Amino acid sequence: MTAIAANTRATEHTGPVLSVQDLHTWFELRQWGFLRVGSVRAVDGVSFDLKRGESVAFVGESGCGKSSLARTLLGLHRPSHGSVHFEGHSLRDLNAKELKAYRARIGYVQQDPYGALPPFMDIGRILAEPLKVQGVHDRPERERRIEAALEEVRLSPARAYMGKFPHMLSGGQQQRVVIARALVLEPAMLVADEPVSMLDASVRVEILQLLRRIRAEHNLTLVFITHDLSTVRHFTDRIFVMYAGRIVEAAQVDDLLENPQHPYSQALLAALADPDADNALHERAVPGGEAPSLLTPPPGCRFHPRCPHAMAGTCDVEDPPDFEPRPGHYSACWLHR
Amino acid sequence: MSRPPLLRVRDLQLQYRIRGGTVRAVDGIDFDVGRNEALVILGESGCGKSSLAKALLRVLPRNVHHFGGSVQVDGVETMHYSEELFRREVRWQRISLVMQAAMNALNPVVRVGEQVAEPLRTHLGWSKQVATKRAREAFDLVGVSGDFLERYPFELSGGMRQRVVLAMALVTEPDLVIMDEPTSALDVLTQASIMNRLKRIKRELDTSFILITHDVATSSELADRVALMYAGQIVELADARSFFSDPAHPYSQMLMASVPRLHQRERPEHIPGEPPSLADPPAGCRFADRCPSRFDKCRQAPGMYEPNEGQQVRCWLHAAGGRS
Ligand SMILES: Nc1ncnc2c1ncn2[C@@H]1O[C@H](COP(=O)(O)OP(=O)(O)OP(=O)(O)O)[C@@H](O)[C@H]1O
Ligand SMILES: Nc1ncnc2c1ncn2[C@@H]1O[C@H](COP(=O)(O)OP(=O)(O)OP(=O)(O)O)[C@@H](O)[C@H]1O
Ligand code: SF4
Ligand code: SF4
Ligand SMILES: [Mg+2]
Ligand SMILES: [Mg+2]
Repeated sequence: MTAIAANTRATEHTGPVLSVQDLHTWFELRQWGFLRVGSVRAVDGVSFDLKRGESVAFVGESGCGKSSLARTLLGLHRPSHGSVHFEGHSLRDLNAKELKAYRARIGYVQQDPYGALPPFMDIGRILAEPLKVQGVHDRPERERRIEAALEEVRLSPARAYMGKFPHMLSGGQQQRVVIARALVLEPAMLVADEPVSMLDASVRVEILQLLRRIRAEHNLTLVFITHDLSTVRHFTDRIFVMYAGRIVEAAQVDDLLENPQHPYSQALLAALADPDADNALHERAVPGGEAPSLLTPPPGCRFHPRCPHAMAGTCDVEDPPDFEPRPGHYSACWLHR
Repeated sequence: MSRPPLLRVRDLQLQYRIRGGTVRAVDGIDFDVGRNEALVILGESGCGKSSLAKALLRVLPRNVHHFGGSVQVDGVETMHYSEELFRREVRWQRISLVMQAAMNALNPVVRVGEQVAEPLRTHLGWSKQVATKRAREAFDLVGVSGDFLERYPFELSGGMRQRVVLAMALVTEPDLVIMDEPTSALDVLTQASIMNRLKRIKRELDTSFILITHDVATSSELADRVALMYAGQIVELADARSFFSDPAHPYSQMLMASVPRLHQRERPEHIPGEPPSLADPPAGCRFADRCPSRFDKCRQAPGMYEPNEGQQVRCWLHAAGGRS
């Protein structure tokens, strides 16, 4: 039995359940298939630890590397540098079979619910597939678990959905099927990439509550990727703000939302609106410019070309280290020096 | 007589055929959209918002069981138009549609500039050169640099691709742009900057919009009026101001209470229960199972009542005589 698979039931491991050190995931960019043009530094020096049963959220602009990070944690991309340890074991040391056992213990809700479901399978089969792969051969047992998973995400009555094909479901219904598929194997950790982006507020709250409940019942470790800063407080313990492949701010969720320290986090929060008819009357303040190229990231602080507080001679030259402006609240910005 | 509205929709119906029955996804929808007006359509997942968009532009799946009602553009009925005539006169020319998740449907092997110029070339018969020039202007409008015309979709981030799709809907300068969840998959900064662009386009080009979304906060960035759908029908249609600050339908009130707010510490409420099946909707009020104000009369289907000027509500509480 492999180390990680044997650990399925054993929980003697006491350190962090997930430990990520100086992780880099770069993609080689080639022209005409062979000429090396450069590397997209999607994840560029990320470190963090997660405790068992902890729930954390990664937030940040489109293209900042959130999904690449998630996929690296799942073993779908090989790190270019740095390490991922799960329950004390390095992913790098796993052979193909062990990697498969590892993936079965990590539920994954991938980002785009439309691309996530195979169009020619009905929902019942889509959910049966992972169970079969993991050796649940008893058909009534499979059906029981499929029904339970569908009911949990409130696709109810489950029977009515099992015979449907993905195109017969609305966007939000498809998203719930993807969540059900991730839960059907009762994973130890769930990585959910924008799991509720297609859902209305009420169903969103409900699904997040469901994940919260499962987390409490099974001591599930949750990694969320989300842009929904207004619900994040209710479902996670810590937030990591990412910018251009790096974590720029990390703190307990309430502290980050009430006292954002990094100018980029401040801009993110300022872009959020509560519903109000007056919103239509004026434009919202957003930092100018686009997110930086990950091929040739700006020198110094990566946010400096867009930062209203940038200090010439410092921010455009030297990379800011992590400061701790408040206890347990980290921010990589020269303003805290 | 005053000029007819840009779009007038009456008793619009779209039903799908499924094994053992039909799904009434759009079940008798009425509304108007004026010039330079933004109508927001809200509603929970599966209530029929995308089906409504598809019905308006007649992009119908194969398993349609029934499609009917009236769609007038500038007072001219289009329901009896042949597919050919509808394509020539209405789609792209007058009304364009950004489908839900369209940014994932860009053709991966065609440069985005060509894809944006495409409607001009195939629907309006423009030359490649003129179409490309206009495509560049459309890119500018949505805030994407002209350099990106030459790129392929995979070379763009999600936010960029979504803007490209918007550029495609704007390039023919239609009077009305229908957008189905245009920003739901995007981060807050990208969302805010796209909404800023849309406000500017509305102001400068007099374009009208139908914005379909489940995201109440973002919808308030553009809305002049709001229609809330429930189980295939509109249950409240009101001015944005009255809808966001003083919603009238019990469902609207519960929906507004479920919207999470940034600085709120209490957990937001969710609406208990589930929407009825569209295959077999109840005979009475469709919200009755979940409604805290339900009373005897609710066993019959309520009509649309107008308690105040500019506010229509499908609920017995707002009928003349109210609860009595
Ligand atoms: N397989 C790949 N090959 C080359 N580049 C890639 C690959 N996957 C991602 N990238 C690039 O890496 C960067 C980070 O992408 P990623 O999908 O991780 O961002 P994200 O934060 O998840 O964005 P979004 O919020 O839009 O989903 C982007 O510039 C993207 O184009
Ligand atoms: N081609 C189809 N055949 C059968 N049923 C369908 C079809 N397309 C949609 N439906 C059903 O019709 C109902 C309305 O779907 P629609 O996609 O219009 O919802 P929506 O309001 O856009 O939801 P979302 O917010 O999740 O996108 C749903 O119950 C859906 O399952
Ligand atoms: S280090 Fe400088 S440029 Fe970077 S966020 Fe801080 S002030 Fe702005
Ligand atoms: S008609 Fe009756 S059940 Fe329906 S929303 Fe009004 S009060 Fe509630
Ligand atoms: Mg992503
Ligand atoms: Mg939809």
